[in-house]
Amino acid sequence: MSKKTVNIVDYGLGNLFSVERAVRYAGADAVISSEPGVISSSDYLIVPGVGAFGQGISNLKGRGLVEPIKSVASSGRPVLGICLGMQLLMTVGEEMGTHKGLDLISGKVVRFPAPADKGPHYKIPHIGWNGIYMPGHRKNWDSTILEGLKEGDSMYFVHSYVVAPDDPSHILAETAYGGLTFCSAINENNICGCQFHPEKSGALGLDIYRNFLKL
Amino acid sequence: MKSVRIIARLDIKGPNVVKGIHLEGLRVLGRPELFAPKYYEDGADELLYMDTVASLYGRNNLADIVSRAAENLYIPLTVGGGIRSVEDIRSLLRAGADKVAINTAAINNPNLVTEGARAFGSQCIVVSIEAKHRGPGKYECLTDNGREKTGVDVFEWVKRAADLGAGEILITSIDREGTGKGYDVELTRTVSDMVDIPVIACGGAGDADHVREVIQEGHADAVCAASIFHYGMLDYMVTRGEYKEEGNISFLRSGGHTRKLIKPVSIPYLKKYLSGFGIGIRMLRENKG
Repeated sequence: MSKKTVNIVDYGLGNLFSVERAVRYAGADAVISSEPGVISSSDYLIVPGVGAFGQGISNLKGRGLVEPIKSVASSGRPVLGICLGMQLLMTVGEEMGTHKGLDLISGKVVRFPAPADKGPHYKIPHIGWNGIYMPGHRKNWDSTILEGLKEGDSMYFVHSYVVAPDDPSHILAETAYGGLTFCSAINENNICGCQFHPEKSGALGLDIYRNFLKL
Repeated sequence: MKSVRIIARLDIKGPNVVKGIHLEGLRVLGRPELFAPKYYEDGADELLYMDTVASLYGRNNLADIVSRAAENLYIPLTVGGGIRSVEDIRSLLRAGADKVAINTAAINNPNLVTEGARAFGSQCIVVSIEAKHRGPGKYECLTDNGREKTGVDVFEWVKRAADLGAGEILITSIDREGTGKGYDVELTRTVSDMVDIPVIACGGAGDADHVREVIQEGHADAVCAASIFHYGMLDYMVTRGEYKEEGNISFLRSGGHTRKLIKPVSIPYLKKYLSGFGIGIRMLRENKG
């Protein structure tokens, strides 16, 4: 079987190198690109990124990458958004103004609401390891990017905003922080995303890359 | 529940990991490649590489060490030492660092914090503070690895750094650093309660209970330790005849003063100890399929 190739969208934000290394570790070739032609021909596409929503979407637009990403998504090929990349999959983002997103999954991106139980360890940004849990409507994570993971497994998060999908059935995993339960992984058909960084989440995070390659 | 992060700190001098007391009198322990992979396997939540001499000599040799460190590391890596410009930050992030820790240059040019946060996001910018006790409730910021006085009050600088766009604060007690006498709990708590961004406690861990204390009483969001992990690793390697470095580790055998205060602890043991107190800790899964 020939090696799969994962294209990683380079739009000037985030540590692409650790994403690249994780893809290689999982057994695929990785190509970092900001060429619309390369991105639109992806078999597997990762939208990584760290930073602000408005900056992210404007960088994508400036490089002519919005339509290529949408074309990969609409053709049914697997797309994985990581951190800001996951947030950009949504319809709108409310970080420093209201911005239109890629609208691959319907919903919005909002700031962490004021905490119900602000304690000494409730800080924004939410930086650190936290557990992922299965939402009530799901029976298992089979055939998803989270296959083989267990409830409570820890992943590494760095973010101040959270994704709120319009349709709760698109929530793949939930995480609790400061009294709020938020959507930490999302999935609708071939589109998936995680708020945490699987490439920074040790061996279990690398399993997510392997699972993505099985989609 | 969010976990408290356990961060292994590697002080780097040239090609080696070193360890001193009060950031001085550095002893060579061995190459970072000896320590970092083991800490990753052991479940460290993050690694911190601190170049101890870069800012002293005004040079930056870290990028090579960082890219080697990042090669097989799938946890966050923070790098500090000698960072002076947005370009320095960019080159370390490109080498594989996730965050940079800035001390001297941030105090000399606070704008660097804001520029760095704007260019790469606040989450990338850790403001590192070396705090020297100057009387009841008073601390002064030092720079250049504890060598230079600044006259800047620690608590005022903490607030300012958060306003400038720092994503995290790394607070190191120079008085406790390398001594094994425990973290400066009061310093850590004051800093942590003062800002809404995470605070990493550093300096003074001599045993597992010091770590518990700075989390529960010092309100640390993350804890950094060096000696307790390094000495444990070295003991382990020496015992198994695996230590082939040219490091100066005879002090491990001599049982000197510092050695008595520092009780080596492995990361898995420490995590088990802390979770026994109900502290949220990321535990590695044992029978991973």
